[in-house]
Amino acid sequence: MSDVTFPTDRQRPFDPPDEATELRERANMHRMTFADGHRGWLVTGYSAARAVLAHPRFSNRSELAHPPIEGSLLRMRMQKDAKTPPGFFLRMDEPEHARFRRLLTGQFTVRRMKMLEPRVEEIANACLDDMAAAGGPVDLVEKFALPIPSLVICELLGVPYEDRGQFQEDTKLLVNLESKAEDAMAALGRITAFMYGLVQRKRKEPADDLISGLIEGGELNDEELAGVSLLLLVAGHETTANMLGLGTYALLTNPAQLAAMRDDPSVVENGVEELLRYLTIIHLGPMRTALEDVEIEGNLIKAGECVALHLPTVNRDSSRFPDGDRLDVTRPAGGHLTFGHGIHQCLGQQLARIEMRIGYPALLRRFPGLRLAVTPEEVPMRSDMSIYGVHRLPVTW
Amino acid sequence: MEIKADTTVCIGAGMCALTVPEVFDQSEDEGTVVLLQKVPPAELEDGVRRAVTLCPSGAISVV
Repeated sequence: MSDVTFPTDRQRPFDPPDEATELRERANMHRMTFADGHRGWLVTGYSAARAVLAHPRFSNRSELAHPPIEGSLLRMRMQKDAKTPPGFFLRMDEPEHARFRRLLTGQFTVRRMKMLEPRVEEIANACLDDMAAAGGPVDLVEKFALPIPSLVICELLGVPYEDRGQFQEDTKLLVNLESKAEDAMAALGRITAFMYGLVQRKRKEPADDLISGLIEGGELNDEELAGVSLLLLVAGHETTANMLGLGTYALLTNPAQLAAMRDDPSVVENGVEELLRYLTIIHLGPMRTALEDVEIEGNLIKAGECVALHLPTVNRDSSRFPDGDRLDVTRPAGGHLTFGHGIHQCLGQQLARIEMRIGYPALLRRFPGLRLAVTPEEVPMRSDMSIYGVHRLPVTW
Repeated sequence: MEIKADTTVCIGAGMCALTVPEVFDQSEDEGTVVLLQKVPPAELEDGVRRAVTLCPSGAISVV
């Protein structure tokens, strides 16, 4: 059978590409041709995805990766030349990765994140007040989905929220698959310089925030501190914001599910897991490269071969989630791979959970008549970004 | 059932503490797994097994 390519064309707003689903129904793993001609693998099955992500002999270093789709080709070449920025531990293997992650895990524990709940509630309510004052229709992304995680991560890190205009634009450029390589690199340069300047200011004037705490710990130099802070800032923006936006859209088109999330507090916790599973906003990647020959479910992945995981499809695998194409906020949805698996599993996942557990019900209760202000065809989907979602969500009530 | 926890491979994702807070906690400094009870009561055994499956780094196991 001939090699496949990475499926990206979605036929419906909330479902993975049909092509990816058809592949998953055929097998868990497929030979895939990458955009630079590299012959690697595509994973569409749940058990294989978990096995790859947990395996210690797969690397996440960018210089070993190959571009899964055409648009990412130039940028990946430039990244290879530029190497992994200092402190960007998402793209490091052990033992380097653990050196950074260990400094941060204590800041993102379940208990610490629970302590943030009252503040997240305040922020969410302020956004809703602002929406109510503006009157519908409004863009839910601008008024609600983006400001909540943005304000929370800025406060946590100690980044001045007034400076958000530039770095929100730059973050968008970074995850836009159609950005020109030089524009993406320039954006990365600007945010890095901004974070570096911030680290130097905090060294002189420490405050009660995560960056100041890391400086006080004394284990990282300024370049590493800027890299770590940059990673957390970007990750804190593009993820929960898209879940809040796309999740609300999905609920608006599933009124029974929406009613359950709005009216039954005991459903919310699991409902958030189900939305994470059903929507799996990781549109492109993750990827891993074999450091030595590895066998996964009877397939020999040779050293140097790259594996692309199609998580939106993986999380619909009916062998793990029966009737996986249906949104059901009451199903046991735990075990989805939206936050990844293995040593790189999302550091901020407990924060994301709290933002969503507070965000969805607060919005739905404040505006029981919430509805789309445009036709579904007019909602601009983020098919052009590595993190999926809605560019805008015009709503009224 | 007896639980074993390996803090050297733990990455502090917090899935165990989220799933069975009666049994698992995270240390203040590194966020790594802290066992509150080594032998969980029978009614928590299912939850503990779920936590073992959810752990991303294989840091907890049961015998």
